[in-house]
Amino acid sequence: MSVDELLTALFPAGHAVRREGGLLIGTGRAAGGEVAVLGLCDGVDVGVELALRLAREVLAVVRDHPARPILTLVDSQGQRMSKRDEILGLNGYLGHLAACVELARRSGHRILALVHGQAASGSFLALGMMADEIHAVDGAVLSVMNLPAMSKVTKIPLARLEALSRGSPVLAPGLENYVRLGCVASVWRAPLAAELERALARAPQPDRRDAGPQGAPGGPGASRSRAPDAPVPSAA
Amino acid sequence: MTGARRGSFREAGARRRLLGLLDPGSFSELLGPAERVTSPHLAALDLPVAFDDGVVVGAGRLDGRPVLAASQEGRFLGGAVGEVHGAKLTGLLRRARAERPAAVLLLLDTGGVRLQEANAGIVAVSEVMRAVLDARAEGIPVLALVGGAWGCFGGMGIVARCCDAVVMSEEARLGISGPDVIESTRGVEELDASDRAMVWRTWGGKHRVLLGEADRLVEDSPGAFREAAIGLLGRGRPISLAALEAEQAWLARRLEQLGGVADAAEAWRAAGVAEPEALPLLEPAAWGAAVAGARRERP
Repeated sequence: MSVDELLTALFPAGHAVRREGGLLIGTGRAAGGEVAVLGLCDGVDVGVELALRLAREVLAVVRDHPARPILTLVDSQGQRMSKRDEILGLNGYLGHLAACVELARRSGHRILALVHGQAASGSFLALGMMADEIHAVDGAVLSVMNLPAMSKVTKIPLARLEALSRGSPVLAPGLENYVRLGCVASVWRAPLAAELERALARAPQPDRRDAGPQGAPGGPGASRSRAPDAPVPSAA
Repeated sequence: MTGARRGSFREAGARRRLLGLLDPGSFSELLGPAERVTSPHLAALDLPVAFDDGVVVGAGRLDGRPVLAASQEGRFLGGAVGEVHGAKLTGLLRRARAERPAAVLLLLDTGGVRLQEANAGIVAVSEVMRAVLDARAEGIPVLALVGGAWGCFGGMGIVARCCDAVVMSEEARLGISGPDVIESTRGVEELDASDRAMVWRTWGGKHRVLLGEADRLVEDSPGAFREAAIGLLGRGRPISLAALEAEQAWLARRLEQLGGVADAAEAWRAAGVAEPEALPLLEPAAWGAAVAGARRERP
């Protein structure tokens, strides 16, 4: 699905989202009013400029549009890996972006993330994973590292990793694994506008992603089973 | 100064760092090694586990005030964050919201996500990130102390900058993508990870403090980290629109002033340091005097 098709499917009543390279910025029209849209496309990697630009847009929504819901669209391979970005302190720019999203939440904005392509590493941490809820379209690719690369790093044979991945959501990339881990709340299927409306209509829930199986605030170690219906196998 | 305060912070293990940092005899560990809370994912891979999963958490006192503290063990899998390790950090930060200590101290020594627990590792780091911001938003200061041999990289480099303040030794390193990762991803033309002087200039404590990414540069001893942490108690940064707009403007100015540099030493010159090539050799006090006009402190 192209970005244009995605936006049309999410906002059949119309949208004013513009593309600037790998950045998506604007608003969409939902049943309850305007939704602020900011996001990433084309698998863009996020460097200092893009991180700062995203933070600026989050702050603008908080300042100018109290309570307007925010939809972040994620299709990014991660943070930009370059000497220049490190010299300039990319971790600080991403930390600032995360703090801006936290401010938005604390200021009463509903924050939804929708992964519509890739999601990985620094940009996913600072933008998508800071949302109240993370959803994904079918076919989205969430990953830390593919199994051949992990085999190289850990010196564990690939066949062994593949066998373990059949029982555990921890190792292999893949949308279903992130659903089982409790990171992705649901997979959105057509009609996407109905999925978005349902998510917007839901009252924000307390953050229970780090909670134990009974939904009790997690003491250390409590996150090993994230939801009653989706326990992480404790051993293969 | 007691013996625990002297010696190298960098060379010490995670518990020894904590003991040297906190008031003598004040530390009590939560979920210590005797509890055997280990990683089920490492066990599934037939890899060695640690009885604390590479992080020590607990309560103690700093200058007489109650604090919660965590210390990552860089000698276990590079201090990398797995699911249990991350849950201990997140649990400590949630506990802080109930107990309201004077601060939470995070002694970070980590390469980031534990690759052997890939997906669970990144989810755990995101939980730590939100827990740090939650604690801060509820008025509990969170301080990052970076002085270990691994430095602080990957998602945990973002976590450090989600804290109220960062203290570093000059030998410590802070960033997101480390030199080896950049070289293996982009090639040696982008960055030569074997150039130790360049690695130090780019990620080291002096550059981070000059940028304002870290707040204090200290000697490599538990006592020096302790003094800096005491000095930062009660100096939290609010998560407010005004504060984050000020930080936005501060980060934008950095890009305007330093955005064209190709090396950290060029950034030091562009920031107004007269003799940037002399900076690496200066002790923290002399270094502080040399960069006084060039430092760009975080608002």
